[in-house]
Amino acid sequence: MNTASNGEALVHLRDVVKHFPVGSGLFRRGGGEVVHAVDGVSIDVRRGETLGIVGETGCGKSTLARCMTRLYDLTSGSVTFDGRDISLLSPRDLRPFRLEMQMIFQDPYNSLNPRRRVGSIIGDPFAIHHSVDGAERKRRVQELMELVGLNPEHYNRFPAEFSGGQRQRIGVARALALRPKLIVCDEPVSALDVSIQAQIINLLAELQQQLGLTYVFIAHDLSVVRHVSDRIAVMYLGKVVEVARAEELFARPRHPYTNALLSAIPEVDRDDEVARPQRILLGGDVPSPIGPPSGCRFHPRCPKARERCSVEEPALEPKDGAAAVAACHYPVEPGELARPA
Amino acid sequence: MSALLDVRDLRVSFPTADGVVEAVRGLSFQVEAGKTLGIVGESGSGKSVTTQTIVGLTQGAETSGEAMFDGRELLAASPEVLRSIRGAEIALIFQDPLSSLHPQYRVGWQIVEAICAHETVGKKAARGRTLELLRRVGIPNAERRIDDFPHQFSGGMRQRAMIAMALALNPKLLIADEPTTALDVTVQAQIIELMKSVQEDFGTAIVMITHDLGVLADMADDVLVMYAGQAMERGARPAVYRRPHHPYTTGLFDALPSRGRGKALLTPIPGLPPSLIDPPKGCPFHPRCRFVFDPCRRDQPPLVAVDGDERHRSACWLPPTSEPRR
Repeated sequence: MNTASNGEALVHLRDVVKHFPVGSGLFRRGGGEVVHAVDGVSIDVRRGETLGIVGETGCGKSTLARCMTRLYDLTSGSVTFDGRDISLLSPRDLRPFRLEMQMIFQDPYNSLNPRRRVGSIIGDPFAIHHSVDGAERKRRVQELMELVGLNPEHYNRFPAEFSGGQRQRIGVARALALRPKLIVCDEPVSALDVSIQAQIINLLAELQQQLGLTYVFIAHDLSVVRHVSDRIAVMYLGKVVEVARAEELFARPRHPYTNALLSAIPEVDRDDEVARPQRILLGGDVPSPIGPPSGCRFHPRCPKARERCSVEEPALEPKDGAAAVAACHYPVEPGELARPA
Repeated sequence: MSALLDVRDLRVSFPTADGVVEAVRGLSFQVEAGKTLGIVGESGSGKSVTTQTIVGLTQGAETSGEAMFDGRELLAASPEVLRSIRGAEIALIFQDPLSSLHPQYRVGWQIVEAICAHETVGKKAARGRTLELLRRVGIPNAERRIDDFPHQFSGGMRQRAMIAMALALNPKLLIADEPTTALDVTVQAQIIELMKSVQEDFGTAIVMITHDLGVLADMADDVLVMYAGQAMERGARPAVYRRPHHPYTTGLFDALPSRGRGKALLTPIPGLPPSLIDPPKGCPFHPRCRFVFDPCRRDQPPLVAVDGDERHRSACWLPPTSEPRR
């Protein structure tokens, strides 16, 4: 998805923090503990680009997406969308911005109301924002259906009559209805089979070309993220640990976590004659985001950790003059790459 | 050498309100002792139904064909015989370890119970073995975690516990149905390494069901590609991966985003998998195939040797010679 991104930020996140109280509700069993879901993230989404976000379950990538679109209120920090700070806007004042940012979700089975017809699901955004109704709405919905490769004659069908891939197309059509500038795709193809996954990825790429969209693309499948993204941000325990151009991130990771993540990718094109470089198997699981480790959050699992790492939190900064930024005191050396470049 | 599991002409169908679903339609394959067979296919290709039928877990299905396991015929076996084989000689692990473990019993207890159900050992001895198994599969602080409930385990640890349970009775065959699909890549890599090392230590044969060609590249000796309840292609993994013959197999490879292809559009397989209530005549893949010609619509192609390699077989009417994958 290589539309010209002129480097100007459409979304600008600064020090975004989102904490969730543990056991909130009637009995407050958590004793004041908080989950540090997103803990001080600053990143730009540039106009026309696709920014990929990767990381393990629970690293805060979906929470970050929901902060970006203000589906969550921020604990602190700010979100600027198209030049305007939206971090403290009331739901009413947010409405005009909702037109411009939309989401596509992972599960095409649960994100569509099974009792409503496809036409009215896709037409919902028009109804909610009172933009068009009647015959004009139907015409627009059918136009959208055609745009995403659905048969417009299926306007009156129910979601159950569509396959998984077609349902994801419905989700895409709904997200496109109001001509948004930004679409946040949260695992849009993880629930689909390989052959269908490729159809949806191509559809998203073509729509980006046609409509000049900006994407934030969250997925756990690293080869998919690599394919669609211009830049990739790697998250670990609520922090962004590395940001780089997609090809560069894969060819030359700087953060030991990125290096380990890349080495875990199962490789279809593996050559049996060439011994696979030793996998960096991370020990254990991701620590709890309730009491994240001190210093660099990755240090308990990091093969390169030294004493400094448990004390001093590294800043996200450029390493050896490259455009990529990484938050690490002892970045990966060329000889330590886990995958052949 | 005779195979540990030899399945011949397996057919499984389910009568439903909409008609008879022919989930598996004449499938044959072998698994050799101590080796790994990878079965790959998309949703609804019949890969899970196949293995579940073999161990007698598809109730209400109409089944024909034969499945010889270590000298016994499984499809005609009585429920009692199957029960004694299942767990003890053929173990199963599934995609979602949270729903395969009982939420209200402690993890260790569930493994102890599995051991006691098949062997006459004391609870104490069984517990000792359980502890050893949990250590073997890499559960940290096993002596403490043995009394945890499943919800206190992370996803990766639950899958490790499932593998421990599967290994408890030292089975000859382990059927793993999408065991890493719900896991992060880092954890997936850990589980694959664990399964490989377990296979080395115990000599367990593995049937690995997955939709992920990458996972199989790391561990399968042989590969079976399924589509619409039938084998499209099978053979030694390096042969199938380097020189795939069937257009469906090549289509699966082409649909993957891979390196060095930049941002060019991917090559999806057009269309959708067919309904198995009324599957297409001839080759089931013909409606989506870009090489389709007359015989494909008329007759179902047999599995023929590719490039003269008797093990590498493909069910396609195209000439049986392959080209290396780009």
